[in-house]
Amino acid sequence: MIEASTTQIWIIIVGMAIGTFLIRFSFLGLVGDRPLPAWLLRLLRYTPVAVLPAVVAPMLLGTKADTDPLRLFCAAATILVGIWTKNVLWAIITGLGLFFGLGAVIG
Amino acid sequence: MSLSPAAQQFLKGAKDGLPFHIVIWPFAAIFGAIATQAGLNVVEVMGFSILVIAGSAQLAALQLMTENAPTLIVLATALAVNLRMGMYSAAITPHLGKSSLLTRAFAAYMLYDQPYALSTIKFEKEPNLSLSEKLGYFFGAAIPIAIAWYALTLGGALLGEKIPTDIGVDFAVPVTFLALVAPMLKTPAHLASALTSGVLVLVLGFMPYGSGLLIAAAAALVVGAQVEIWMEKRKAAT
Repeated sequence: MIEASTTQIWIIIVGMAIGTFLIRFSFLGLVGDRPLPAWLLRLLRYTPVAVLPAVVAPMLLGTKADTDPLRLFCAAATILVGIWTKNVLWAIITGLGLFFGLGAVIG
Repeated sequence: MSLSPAAQQFLKGAKDGLPFHIVIWPFAAIFGAIATQAGLNVVEVMGFSILVIAGSAQLAALQLMTENAPTLIVLATALAVNLRMGMYSAAITPHLGKSSLLTRAFAAYMLYDQPYALSTIKFEKEPNLSLSEKLGYFFGAAIPIAIAWYALTLGGALLGEKIPTDIGVDFAVPVTFLALVAPMLKTPAHLASALTSGVLVLVLGFMPYGSGLLIAAAAALVVGAQVEIWMEKRKAAT
């Protein structure tokens, strides 16, 4: 159970709201329509592939992760189907379908 | 019936966002349920989902709050989880930077994982979209998912204990991100960048408060851009 006071809870909620907004607004707000240099634009084109694997890898393989062969197998299947079909929906259906399907079978 | 080009893009964004509803609905409901079970009231739970809209940071904060971590640690950790969104802001700026300050502020509020990823992928494929078309697509991807996020959080908070929270729905998050990334692994540069990111973050796992993530991501950006330059040079040489 959470023992924090109502004030503490709202400090956390409002603090997270303002902080998260400022992070998201940073470049969009400050740079606006000023042109960015070509080298920076080249870097930024890689943000999805550079950021998301770093978010995912610790969830699957990190020291605090709930690493089990079923999850790793389903994660690998998600990647392969995603590369093969180039379709986000099929990749999600494959990953979660296998996870819950096999999970139910294996128990 | 003829729709403006921006409205057409809004519908395309909403359509491309549909797969994520499979993940967002249970995720939001479970956040609402476990937050209520941990002792938050409905207003507080909705405060999180409406003011913050960042699922993984909300869950991280909730986890720390149930462990009675100090308020400052909760805030610092949750914001560290969201630091990656600074890169989202940078990545979307070349596309949406020309819009009005108010529009940019609203876009920033909704700049969470799915609209960011869908939009940057779309705008890379179709660089000739006008500003209003890009805004249409972005908000089409963002608004329906945000509404689902609010609504299902509320549902989860009201149903509370009736929702089973221990069915492995946390696995939906990595699956979503992998499903987003996999179709993008179409060049050696993208592949090298993704591998650098995933491997380096594990090597840097000892670093506090998710700071390893930022270093891994920054290195992966450089690797991607550098491999792209090499490939162009090789092509030019042959």
